[in-house]
Amino acid sequence: MSVPFDSDPSLAAYAHPERLVTTAWLAEHKGDPGVVVLESDEDVLLYDTGHIPGALKIDWVLDLNDSVTRDYVDGAAFSALMSARGISRDSTVVIYGDKSNWWAAYALWVFRLFGHEDVRLVNGGRAKWIAEGRELTKDVPRPAATSYPVVQREDAPIRAYQSTVLETLGRHPLIDVRSVPEYTGERTHMAEYPQEGVLRGGHIPSAVNVPWSKAAAEDGTFKPRAELEAIYFGDAGLKADSDVITYCRIGERSSHTWFVLTYLLGLDKVRNYDGSWTEWGNSVRVPVAQGPEAGTAPVAVSA
Amino acid sequence: MTDPTPMPAALRGIIDDFAALAGQDKLQLLLEFAENLPALPERYADHPELLEPVPECQSPVFLITEVDRSVTPAVARLFFTAPPEAPTTRGFAGILREGLDGRPVDEVLATPADFAMQLPVADVVSPLRLRGLSAMLARVKRQLAEATRAGA
Repeated sequence: MSVPFDSDPSLAAYAHPERLVTTAWLAEHKGDPGVVVLESDEDVLLYDTGHIPGALKIDWVLDLNDSVTRDYVDGAAFSALMSARGISRDSTVVIYGDKSNWWAAYALWVFRLFGHEDVRLVNGGRAKWIAEGRELTKDVPRPAATSYPVVQREDAPIRAYQSTVLETLGRHPLIDVRSVPEYTGERTHMAEYPQEGVLRGGHIPSAVNVPWSKAAAEDGTFKPRAELEAIYFGDAGLKADSDVITYCRIGERSSHTWFVLTYLLGLDKVRNYDGSWTEWGNSVRVPVAQGPEAGTAPVAVSA
Repeated sequence: MTDPTPMPAALRGIIDDFAALAGQDKLQLLLEFAENLPALPERYADHPELLEPVPECQSPVFLITEVDRSVTPAVARLFFTAPPEAPTTRGFAGILREGLDGRPVDEVLATPADFAMQLPVADVVSPLRLRGLSAMLARVKRQLAEATRAGA
């Protein structure tokens, strides 16, 4: 089964245009054999208010996170999740969501932890589809169950643990994608968002602050490649071969930036530190920097 | 053993309604509460600054309460607003509105603080998201307690 890539010129300049589709492509191909469309939102009920015809829901808390250990689901649970949604190992999975695709990028990142090869984002997400007056439905498809293999999750290439961050502190660039007041330590959570019990405010020393939203245009699509290069290579000082770790509060906004760096700019060593500030800001004796300066990493840190 | 702080009857009824359902049907019921949340009356719609934000919720939700002393005992009036893109939050607001609006103030103030934990929806919306409901109830009760003290 081979589903064509979207050859729309708006995507062509990106390093991996095959990771994105336009809403127009989706409208044309959503019913193609081998294509499964998923909606991944912050709000667990949003899908139920109306969604793209043929799309199924995937929830970042209930489906992708383990309900006991703070970790992602294991291979068996992921296999069950895929099978129930009619997804095969060679399916083309196309994901869209609310909030400029934060949660869609987060879901895509989890798919990549399991090595699912063909997974794409809808540029502009749910908001763009609706803004264009395209069809929504409340009909929930009932796909026939598939047999998805139990695949071992492979975290190392794209996921960073706290221990990795500590070991590489000062040697690899860190990108803190939270808002400025969260970075400086004025605030420990996003405005209007739950206070998730973080004991210390600030950022990981040496981390550069590039709020995730800098990568998104007004309509929720990604900015053109040249603008992204100016932000990440120019302002933030990254290089094409940088070994980068991104983080935010719980790893969702930094999945968006991970997607940008990996697939739009073509960096091949980007890891998302999903423990993020809700882990770091509660940890005993880890270094913290406050204020607008990145700060310097202490030498020879060990946890 | 008797429950030291009984659940107001309407909230108890809502808990029972959810308990009778499973999975997707619970979400559908929550969606009905979201869709039936009434719009703000004009006096608040024109003055959103009068409403209190609930930053514990992931979505922008605002609420305000009134004490109606034209009847005895005085009753509580609850008003909420949240955008359509935040149906879970709207659903929670709709539950509190349906369960507590027009009830005696003392009864609302006596609502158990763990109402959100008793509402059997954690399996379909996650405990994390239920914190917003607890926060809304706490703010409703605080506003009413302040108004009661001021009016005493």
